[in-house]
Amino acid sequence: MSPRKIPPLLLALALAVCVVLAGPLVFLSIEAASARDVGALVFRAFTAELLWNTARLTVVAVAACVVLGTGAAFLVERTDLPLRRFFAVAFVVPLAIPDFVVAFGWSSLNGAISGFWGALLVMSVAVYPLVYLPVAASLRNGDPTEEEVARSLGYGALRTFARVTLAQARVAILGGALLCALVILAEYGAFEMLGYQTFTTEIFTELQVAFDLQGAAALSLVLVALSILLVAGELLSRGRRTAERTRAPRRPPQRLALGRLRPVAFLGASGLVAGAIGVPVATCGYWMAQSVSAPLAGSSLASATAQTAWYGLAAGALAVALALPVALLSVRHPGVLAVVLERSTYLVLAVPGLVVALALSTASLRYGGGFGYQSAPLMIFAYALLFFPLALVGVRTSLAQAPRRLEEVARSLGVHRFSVFCRVTLPLIAPGLAAGFCLVFLSVVTELTATLVLRPTGVETLSTQFWSYQQNLSYAQAAPFALVMVGLAALPSVALGRYFDRLARRHLTSGPAS
Amino acid sequence: MRRVVTDGWRLALAGSFGLCGLLATSAPAIAGAHATTITLYNGQHVQTTAALVRAFTRRTGIKVSVRSEDEGALVNEIEAEGSRSPADVVFTENSPALESLQNHGLLAHLPVAVRSASTGRFGSERGDWVGVTARVSVMVYNPALIRAGQLPRSVLALGTARYRHKLALAPGETDFQPIITAVAARDGTAKALAWLEGMKANAAGHLYPDNETVTNDVNRGLVALGIINQYYWYRLRAQIGARNMHSKIATFAPSDPGYVLDVSGAGVLAASRHRRAAERFVAFLLSRAGQRVIDRSDSFEYPLAKGVPAPAGEAPLASLRPDPISLAKLGDGRRAVQLLEQAGLL
Repeated sequence: MSPRKIPPLLLALALAVCVVLAGPLVFLSIEAASARDVGALVFRAFTAELLWNTARLTVVAVAACVVLGTGAAFLVERTDLPLRRFFAVAFVVPLAIPDFVVAFGWSSLNGAISGFWGALLVMSVAVYPLVYLPVAASLRNGDPTEEEVARSLGYGALRTFARVTLAQARVAILGGALLCALVILAEYGAFEMLGYQTFTTEIFTELQVAFDLQGAAALSLVLVALSILLVAGELLSRGRRTAERTRAPRRPPQRLALGRLRPVAFLGASGLVAGAIGVPVATCGYWMAQSVSAPLAGSSLASATAQTAWYGLAAGALAVALALPVALLSVRHPGVLAVVLERSTYLVLAVPGLVVALALSTASLRYGGGFGYQSAPLMIFAYALLFFPLALVGVRTSLAQAPRRLEEVARSLGVHRFSVFCRVTLPLIAPGLAAGFCLVFLSVVTELTATLVLRPTGVETLSTQFWSYQQNLSYAQAAPFALVMVGLAALPSVALGRYFDRLARRHLTSGPAS
Repeated sequence: MRRVVTDGWRLALAGSFGLCGLLATSAPAIAGAHATTITLYNGQHVQTTAALVRAFTRRTGIKVSVRSEDEGALVNEIEAEGSRSPADVVFTENSPALESLQNHGLLAHLPVAVRSASTGRFGSERGDWVGVTARVSVMVYNPALIRAGQLPRSVLALGTARYRHKLALAPGETDFQPIITAVAARDGTAKALAWLEGMKANAAGHLYPDNETVTNDVNRGLVALGIINQYYWYRLRAQIGARNMHSKIATFAPSDPGYVLDVSGAGVLAASRHRRAAERFVAFLLSRAGQRVIDRSDSFEYPLAKGVPAPAGEAPLASLRPDPISLAKLGDGRRAVQLLEQAGLL
């Protein structure tokens, strides 16, 4: 089949989205270039110290996330772990708990949980779902026959896992690890609470104490450089081999009987859930019960919830709309251009939200005459930019699985391309759109640092309220905001868990799509 | 498959309806703001400011829209906003933030009537901002880990090896900068830098983001002592109850550069389009009613209006013997930040 011509409108839209996404990065480069003494700020012994802190934590925490996420996915998808359906959802829910709430939970449980080990513990249990989700999905979609063949050839359970299962899930593991690394690079709230200094915490200090946006921009570019390395590394190690789908109809995998290890696996899974969900939620409950001082601010809780939900809905819708053309281009017209465009959008994940927010607000003052400054639309736009890669992941996945043949049939019947898109493609990928939307929604609900800068004056969201009370050591007042935040964000993460569940079952019953 | 598709659509539909509803309900709220509304950029304690704003609106009918953030971030924002700043009043925890704004010509001159309510020496020499409350720097220490007799008389001693692994420090706190400025003013920058480097070594593993954490961790016995402003200790006590306080506070020797009086103050922005209303707010902060709100709050700072006593249980302001350095000399904190950067603390 000859390579299809890219529709000019699609190309224009996808390009436009990528240009918009690159906007903050370009602005930061200009800022950094105009800074005085950038060299003195970036190239000093302290930078090396921060780089070392950032690098060692990222490497070890990503490794821990890979072990936890892959292990959890394997237990749920391939073994006879008790309460599998419960765990399938419970392993996703930590996505809904902001990292700074997890840090708050652990550090108020025991003050010794701080520094490198504290940061490692907190980030591992808070971020591993980013590995779990794609790996679980890929194990479900993967073909269990290969594993059965391996076992029939005399491979033990362990060797089968290492040689076959892991190989099948390799792309998913790499993708998840990349997301984890980018998130850890840009993390601020949790590290600040745990007293662990990284590049990002230093960027924040630079902004808050030295009032230096240009310096912060220069330091952020170091982060962007790191993330380019990561993105390129992931792309290279992913290799050319794409997982070929066998055409045979699929059936449920033979589950590995854990035998005597069953209680151990169950305890391990429960421990993970307890550490990731139990500790932060229980701590919040404890502090609420301890409330000795001021009573709960009920009205501010309600208004903060409404504001947060509305920002999440709007940003989710916008991000998904922006992701559509890029996903269409990269899935339907793969090539160098598509890969570069798609991958370039990941870089924004590694730039701390605060820096993106400051870039936008400064640009609106300097070049836009203050248009949109401290307004809800600019904030929603910022959220959509920040979480664009998450929307893209959702849209891409479902687009890749939507049978192209249906579109071709419609086209051959003389239906206009746009109408094919509306009547065939969109309904097919609706669940993916919903998944992307959910991911963005829950990220907005738990976002803190960009919100602090961009929120309209007088508006408080759940996370800003939690933060300001927590900063004043008013734990009892902070706790309800954290709990409502977790509840609000948990709704879509449960929906996400169920979405992947259905995605898999749909494949099992209807067979391969294309 | 059919079911999955329709569910996805239902979700998307529900989402867009929800969006329209929220848009519709938020529109009139914006259109209906007829009464004068001023915008306050607040770096002071959120709860205290909220109480002040409520009392002010009750008295004057002027509404106040509050944007609370770290004072450093607020100064940054105002400088970026310049003549477009939506802020009318800025209320900060420390004088350097206000001095910095004043030096950039971003504050309006305050009328004498507003300034005269504040005790004379606790405000801008140029008259662009006034002191509202004061706080004093102290040591917080845990008697289980260090005896009162082992405490230093001068803050400079905290940079010596005697206090290795005993010190907690929040170098990023704006509250810490006046002490550095005072040390540098008395002993010169070279000595100040060596002192900071010594403190960094002593505080290894106990470098914290804020003074709340310093106070809390000394109180929990994780580290022996730290430098804070006095009110953090009183506020922690109000939060967790006196029976849970395992720490004490102590001052350095009189006139020591570690013993600094910091002033929290307010000013009106030059770009303000509601200058009269903004001045009324600043005047209210120093009025008897305003200072009573501060006194009853959980801020535990010294009210600076003439004739208002210290919070119950704290040493009276007049009895303190801090370093006599002037607020103008404490400046905008630039020098302190440079020293912190050189010492690798920032």
